[in-house]
Amino acid sequence: MRIILSLVLAVALFSACQNSSQKAGSTESASASLTAAGATFPLPFYNMIFKQYTDETKVQVTYGGIGSGGGVRSLGDRVVDFGATDGFLSDDKLAEMPGEVVHIPTCLGAVVIAYNLPGVDDLKLSNELLEKIFMGEVTNWNDPLLKANNPDIEFPDVAITVVHRSDGSGTTEIFSDFMSKISQKWADQVGSGKSLNWPTGMGAKGNPGVAGTISQTSGALGYIGSEFAFAQRIQTAKVENSSGAYVLPTIESISAAAQGDIPDDTRIMLTNSSDPASYPISGFTWLILYKEQAYGSRTLEQAQATVNLLDWVVSEKAQAEAEKVHYAPLPDLAVEKAKAILRGITYNGEAILK
Amino acid sequence: MVFSLVGGAIPSFKAFGLKFIVSGDWDPTEGREVYGALPFIAGTLLTSFAALLISLPLSFSTSLFLGEYYKGTRVARILGMLVDLLAGIPSIVYGLWGFYVLRPLMIDLGFGGQGFGIFTASLILAIMIIPYATSLSNEIIAMVPNDLKEAAYSLGATRLEVIQTVTIPTARSGIVAGYILSFGRALGETMAVTMLIGNTNRVPDSFFGTGNTMASVIANQFGEADGLKLSSLIAIGLLLFLITGIVNGVGKLIIKKMT
Repeated sequence: MRIILSLVLAVALFSACQNSSQKAGSTESASASLTAAGATFPLPFYNMIFKQYTDETKVQVTYGGIGSGGGVRSLGDRVVDFGATDGFLSDDKLAEMPGEVVHIPTCLGAVVIAYNLPGVDDLKLSNELLEKIFMGEVTNWNDPLLKANNPDIEFPDVAITVVHRSDGSGTTEIFSDFMSKISQKWADQVGSGKSLNWPTGMGAKGNPGVAGTISQTSGALGYIGSEFAFAQRIQTAKVENSSGAYVLPTIESISAAAQGDIPDDTRIMLTNSSDPASYPISGFTWLILYKEQAYGSRTLEQAQATVNLLDWVVSEKAQAEAEKVHYAPLPDLAVEKAKAILRGITYNGEAILK
Repeated sequence: MVFSLVGGAIPSFKAFGLKFIVSGDWDPTEGREVYGALPFIAGTLLTSFAALLISLPLSFSTSLFLGEYYKGTRVARILGMLVDLLAGIPSIVYGLWGFYVLRPLMIDLGFGGQGFGIFTASLILAIMIIPYATSLSNEIIAMVPNDLKEAAYSLGATRLEVIQTVTIPTARSGIVAGYILSFGRALGETMAVTMLIGNTNRVPDSFFGTGNTMASVIANQFGEADGLKLSSLIAIGLLLFLITGIVNGVGKLIIKKMT
């Protein structure tokens, strides 16, 4: 009896499998499938909107969060339809690519300063303090400089433990770019990049690693990607922007950083924006692709599917989703510029978007 | 594997020469890139040796207990199973346990500021390599022929004397092999170490200070590395490969000398 039952079950399972595989095959032939890889910082945003796009259009989009460096490499090797990066490609890097590459900004994020100091919840950090803490010159929370900047707070005698990323990251790049802008000393001794020669502190892997270490360590202070900090409701410090105001990172204050002028190729670091309402450690994240889509054995359909997807990413509908996963949507000017770039993408010299 | 490692490491050795091995500078900032593997070599050797030293009394006494004193009893079987179970725990679980249990303990005991560092990493490594050292030496100790031991007993030797003069000398090469195996395992361990060592790319200034190991820096930095940095990470991989090879070679030599 049991043998018969299991046989029946096996046959039923087998036929079910065949059915579903046939179905999958038929939809695949009807619509394109796209692959992309790159930055992990906007991963939650991309996961959400790409899934929505697939539901609406049946175009399969596979995104691998392998890091910005990996995204640029993959695009260079032409193994993906488009890449993603948190830092724009420098002129040198652009020249190394096998074809002309354009940048499409997709949303804004920020780097927040998180800290763990029981009883203190309204910390304000001036540019000078940030420099001194991260250079390892201010090493205790009872330092008079901290008190002078936050007269209302009673600071305990606790050592400051600086926590930074141990892995290479776009988050580090945005943070160090800001530090280089506010501190000549930082620019000379440390500089900016995806990973740094840290003068002080200890490393932890990824946003979760840094956040976990901070929450487990009394007196710790470090920087975290805003999307993670907002989702986890992590306590953050107010940071001084270039007009002297202390601003808490919020979706609005991050958006405000992009209100100024944006170059036509959208390659700009938004850190230390002059807008008085802006949070100063903010930045774009980009999708990157080739301007001329006819390369290798790439078909027109594949190129069209790619550009249509990117056009949808900067559309109002997709941008409205950004806030749900704690990113700031693009300001109108950035959307305009992005659309202009998309219209300039060609297949054998002919514009793909009409 | 060796070919691809050597091929990938060439640009880095070309740029820095032998200084790559002896230099303690690690500056990945674009425009003034300098890479030296010394901090990671030092961190790796320090944690692994310390782990070996810490685990030695623990695992050796366990294997004597299992292979000699309580050989073949139910207690030994259950304990042996538990020790073997330690080998099956994923390294990330060790890391988490270290992060949430061992580290606060270190802070309470007053070892170095935040409980991260070489010493904490060595402790977790020591626990991780215990099963390897124990089960191998336990097997060997249990295999020492009863005839030899009975002969010693008949000469009036006490149990301790039997262990000292018969069991250990007979099982010596196997025991050493077990420790070399576990040392090799400590060298390459990544995840648990990365979570506890503090990941500072400098030559550690004290045993309780923070540092980094070769396996840990590769795992951390590989994703976003390119150019000279990628090559330097591959070169570190090559060095790790060489060190493991040397350790195994030395181990073989010791065993040969002993038997």
